[in-house]
Amino acid sequence: MKRAARLVIFYTCLLGLWALLAQLKIWPPYLFPTPWGVAQELYYGFSDHSYWIAIAVSMRRVLIGYAISVVAGMILGLGVASNKFLEETMGGLLVSLQSLPSICWWPLALLWFGLNQNAILFVVIMGSLLSVTLAMEDGRKQMPKIYGMAGRNLGARGFQLFWHVLLPASLPFIVSGLKQGWAFAWRSLITAEMLYVSLGLGQVLMMGRETSNMNAVIAVMILIIALGYIVDGLIFKSMERHLQHKWGLTPAT
Amino acid sequence: MSSNLQNAAVPIPIPVDHRSPARAAGPRSKFRPASVGHTLGQVSPEIAKVGLSEICLSYRTESGERLLALDHINLEVKPGEFLCVVGPSGCGKSTLLHLIAGLHQQTSGQILVDGKPVEGAGTDRILIFQELGLFPWLTVGQNVEFGTKMKGVSKAGREEKTRYYLRLVHLSQFKDSYIHQLSGGMRQRVALARALATEPDVLLMDEPFAALDAQTRDLLHDELERIWAETGRTIIFVTHNVREAIRLGDRVVLLTFRPGRVKREFPIDLPRPRVLEDVHVAHAARAILDELREEINRSLEVEYSVGVKPHVVPGAEP
Repeated sequence: MKRAARLVIFYTCLLGLWALLAQLKIWPPYLFPTPWGVAQELYYGFSDHSYWIAIAVSMRRVLIGYAISVVAGMILGLGVASNKFLEETMGGLLVSLQSLPSICWWPLALLWFGLNQNAILFVVIMGSLLSVTLAMEDGRKQMPKIYGMAGRNLGARGFQLFWHVLLPASLPFIVSGLKQGWAFAWRSLITAEMLYVSLGLGQVLMMGRETSNMNAVIAVMILIIALGYIVDGLIFKSMERHLQHKWGLTPAT
Repeated sequence: MSSNLQNAAVPIPIPVDHRSPARAAGPRSKFRPASVGHTLGQVSPEIAKVGLSEICLSYRTESGERLLALDHINLEVKPGEFLCVVGPSGCGKSTLLHLIAGLHQQTSGQILVDGKPVEGAGTDRILIFQELGLFPWLTVGQNVEFGTKMKGVSKAGREEKTRYYLRLVHLSQFKDSYIHQLSGGMRQRVALARALATEPDVLLMDEPFAALDAQTRDLLHDELERIWAETGRTIIFVTHNVREAIRLGDRVVLLTFRPGRVKREFPIDLPRPRVLEDVHVAHAARAILDELREEINRSLEVEYSVGVKPHVVPGAEP
């Protein structure tokens, strides 16, 4: 309750400050929009369904891209962790590739896939694949070896061993990597969507810029933040809490 | 817990001669020990449940030298036998269990189970690790169920087995608990139930009670003996505690310190159930301890000479 009260006070003050600055009219409204202008924009955007459509399009893309990243990243990460040659060669490459912003793949993606969905998906995957791979590699190494041995001892083999033992045993170690992968996927998606007529949230934001509608720009920014936060708060937080409960780890406070 | 204590005090009749067929009259009588009628130490390879011949294991240390861990181990374990292996820490007794379980590969020599060479892990030999290796993401029931699930047993069959073995270790009420919610002794019993549920012929136990307090350990000795009598499994039990070995074993095998060799075998013919504090147990322990102490001293010398801090060997208690 106390925490909720503090949050309400903080955001009220933030909004108040914003409203005050806007009201003082230091900058013209087309440079510094007002809270009510943005609120109105949000209302219009949702009531003419354009925001709903943009959200649906963007979420669909990021879910597909992220899902591919998670599956491919887990396989890659396990491979790298369990093979000394791969670890020595690929390991370093993966770490250095991570310093490359995923949007740098955009020109190549355009050439390879054309100006369409697949180019965007490619950028999203390149954005999150590495985080998941590195997290999985790390998780596989941190995971106590005894679980794998106990699994084999009790008759688990191959895919069974991966699915019933190695994957659940490494989950507490990779959940933060999965979360980071999600954040990268979401950012890569919005960036890529800003670059062409894509129907997603990124394009709606760029339309705001092209029509000099700063209210729309800020409205979409708020949407992007909110969606990222909701996924993080609802999915990953509950996943972490669930794992902590099962494993008996003390919840981080 | 008081009901368990009562169980311990009034055990299911365990005959003085453990090789008597009455021992196998429990629910799993198909595991009737084949050793009935044979004498100790005179076992031919055909009827040995587990046979080790000329097992050697060497590995390369970080500094690059080759270290011999196990040196020509020869050992035969009869069906239904409770064999205890003792030795100072570092004698390779845990490694021996890993080899029998098929989790590691020996450098040379052969391990036969029912006359067939061991090729990798198999559910006919289940190892209870010293650290247990219970799965924290599963409930107690799911842990016990794990082996049968991997085997592809039907859901109904799995549930029945899980229920049976949880009852056997007195943990029925904790079916839905997670591992971290249990005490050390309870975790130990979950590991035992999980191992038994796959119905292995051979149960390999690696210092399972080392980390427990004395009361819990006594209780689990009673329970293990009872379960052994009820199920007729062959058990190879590794410990550094000589009295524990005598408390439980039909035979005690003493390994030497690095490289591990079989130093001597001691048949234990004391009537069951035995009590740790019993004078006969203490007497039998005396002889083994004297020999064990030589090995412990050797291990201490080696560890002092390389400047490693020696660790206390609890088996050396008077």
